[in-house]
Amino acid sequence: MRRPNLTFDREAFVRESRPRLVKGLIAAAVGFFLITVLSGATLTLILAVIIGLALYVPAWDRVPFGKYVVTGTVIALAVLYPFYQPDMFEIPIFGSFPSVDTAVTMLIFIMMALGLNIVVGYAGLLDLGYVAFYAMGAYTAAWFASPHFSESIKSFHFGAVGVNESSGGIHVSIWIVLIVAAIFTAFIGVLIGLPTLRLRGDYLAIVTLGFGEIMPQIALNGDNLFNTGFNLTNGPQGINPIDPPGFGTTLENALGLPESYLAPGDNAFWLFDSSLELYFWTALGLVLFTAFCSMRLRDSRLGRAWIAIREDETAAAAMGVPLMRTKTWAYAAGAFFGGIAGAYYASFKSGTFPADFYFNISVFILCMVILGGMGNIWGVIVGGGFLADLNQEGLGNIGAWINERFSTGSAEWVEVFKEPIDVPLYQFGIFGVILVLVMLFKPEGLIPSSRRKAEFEEGVHDEPLVTK
Amino acid sequence: MATQASRIRLSPGYRPNPTTILGVVFVALILVWLIVNLVKTPSEFYNLVLIGVTNGAVYGLIALGYSLVYGILELINFAHGDVFMLGGMLVATMTASFGLKGEGDLVLWGGILAMLLITMAFCAGINTTIEIVAYKRLRNAPRLAPLITAIGMSFILQNIGLVWKGARPTSVDSILPRGEIFSIGGVAYTWNRFIVLVFTVPVLLALIWLVQRTRPGKAMRATAQDRDAAAMMGINVNQTISFTFFIAGALAGAAGLLFALYTTNVHFTTGFRVGLIAFTAAVLGGIGNLPGAVLGALIIGLIESFNNGLGWVTPGSDWTTSIIFGILIVILVVRPEGLLGERTPEGA
Repeated sequence: MRRPNLTFDREAFVRESRPRLVKGLIAAAVGFFLITVLSGATLTLILAVIIGLALYVPAWDRVPFGKYVVTGTVIALAVLYPFYQPDMFEIPIFGSFPSVDTAVTMLIFIMMALGLNIVVGYAGLLDLGYVAFYAMGAYTAAWFASPHFSESIKSFHFGAVGVNESSGGIHVSIWIVLIVAAIFTAFIGVLIGLPTLRLRGDYLAIVTLGFGEIMPQIALNGDNLFNTGFNLTNGPQGINPIDPPGFGTTLENALGLPESYLAPGDNAFWLFDSSLELYFWTALGLVLFTAFCSMRLRDSRLGRAWIAIREDETAAAAMGVPLMRTKTWAYAAGAFFGGIAGAYYASFKSGTFPADFYFNISVFILCMVILGGMGNIWGVIVGGGFLADLNQEGLGNIGAWINERFSTGSAEWVEVFKEPIDVPLYQFGIFGVILVLVMLFKPEGLIPSSRRKAEFEEGVHDEPLVTK
Repeated sequence: MATQASRIRLSPGYRPNPTTILGVVFVALILVWLIVNLVKTPSEFYNLVLIGVTNGAVYGLIALGYSLVYGILELINFAHGDVFMLGGMLVATMTASFGLKGEGDLVLWGGILAMLLITMAFCAGINTTIEIVAYKRLRNAPRLAPLITAIGMSFILQNIGLVWKGARPTSVDSILPRGEIFSIGGVAYTWNRFIVLVFTVPVLLALIWLVQRTRPGKAMRATAQDRDAAAMMGINVNQTISFTFFIAGALAGAAGLLFALYTTNVHFTTGFRVGLIAFTAAVLGGIGNLPGAVLGALIIGLIESFNNGLGWVTPGSDWTTSIIFGILIVILVVRPEGLLGERTPEGA
């Protein structure tokens, strides 16, 4: 990890900035022109172009503390997103910027993608059942923060807020549930990993796929486990409602923190009055936490061992890297973040349903990691945000755009389709196309880490090591 | 010292390890379960055996495709099950447009045979195209790259099926005769089940002949053993790989026809579900091993039908997928070389 340089190297700054100035201006001009022609110019578009150029063109690496400028600006822009979102310009074809509601989902999926990135991107272990960890997290939240067990356990409250005191079942504060879910899921990750991580790459992928397929079936049939009548998962109906996060009346009165996210009280700080914004900022905090941990893990001794295993398992073993332990840690770390994301998502949606945990979702998250660039945090964030937005709003907007112009009845341009097409129906086909195209033409992803890129160009030695 | 000595005396030649003991106990428990069920409801049991063998034969045809491709490329061709599904959809279209329902025997059989050939050619074409478009570029890429591409192709083919036939299951005209051939213990073995075997067995024999006795088969075996050495011996490796995909696709097509006619139902997700079952069968028998794939498929078919149908202490159809994937996981962890596979120096 590079330290911030404290001297201003003027010559290098100018030398590196000049070519970017040309490239940036051309890109900005083309983008500005296209957007203006297709959906009209607004003040925010001009501001966005200016901020983009200011971040891209100067070689911030050469300025004292400059490496924090880009990260800091991006984080600030993300934090302020709910305030300027309604004024944002329209992107041609993709439609308007995602709503705050969608943005929360995007952030949660980015968090899962970052977790999967540890397993796939850093350690090079293909996990096709990541959704199992997400499911574990979600069901942990459902067990510990909902009225689900109101029949077997009368009432157990522990720091739960925004919940009626008389409500039955287990109600633990969501903050504690997040931690419990993370640790529990990491434990499950270790349990799954211990017997299976000896296997070679593609066999491991299949085993994880198997676990990923078993998990939703347990969720689906868990309302009457082994005909004992014990209702673990409430079957296809899923478990709802799940408690919202919150800080309780005492903290609200003392510090102004919202009592409960769903119903922030009158004494809360004036900014904390919209529940969607509260969910958004918390999700953003979790993503920043995940990204920070990923970065520090990558540079740690453990992270370097993961990368060594990814590049050449045999050589890593010969250098004294304990294969099993290192791989298991990768699984545990990936599962940890998947668990937090799952629990938080369950609390955000206030419910968890078995239909959310099919193989498709595993591939969807994998697609985010691969599109963005395996092993690169920025890449995964961009890939995850883009695909999650496509899934939530983007495909619908694209469909509307296409139908407006090319479908019978309302065709503005040319009539191509006899009837309106339902683009979101084909979402997984579109993700499949993305997977294939990325793998064929840019296997290192759109924003690769330089190291990963080199691996794909020079090839890695990924022949198996005999560990049996 | 004493314990060691006694242990040596107790088992002079062979010392079973704990997994073997567990495996034997597990198989014994399954046998007990089967026998109790056989004694309790014999006719149901026979019926389930017939269903299991029929399903197993279809799974076998698909499993062979996985096994052939894995043997030659070490690639799990995820899209294989979806090629099978598209074959089934083609059959649905053809049965509807040919109007074979209610035709006389000769026309019916001729029609089915023609459909078999068309479907096999169709699926072989798709599979070869996939190989050329998606996998050929990735021959020397890290091993996970073609696997991820295969998953992507699988989704693309599923969506082609979705565009073609819509989101609802497509029903196939039931054209197979349902007359009785013979009956055991009051259970009739009907033609529509027997036909699956009638078609499967010759296809299998032809495949074995092809792989064992012909020049292209020899080239396939050589390429599977060592691609570089095969190339040095003058074998056109790329052509051989394409040919393998062609054969695997043809088998998937045959399976698609039989499955569509027998279950009279195709859905765009059928390929994924059945494909994973068949893949499990291939792994169970020993992936890359052709007789193993068929054996594994028959076992999986029987397990599935027993679990769906038997009455005494049975998890039931809700858990079939979990049981099959449980088998897959246990086999991969405990005996990755499968029932008939050989333990290779590379491990597995």
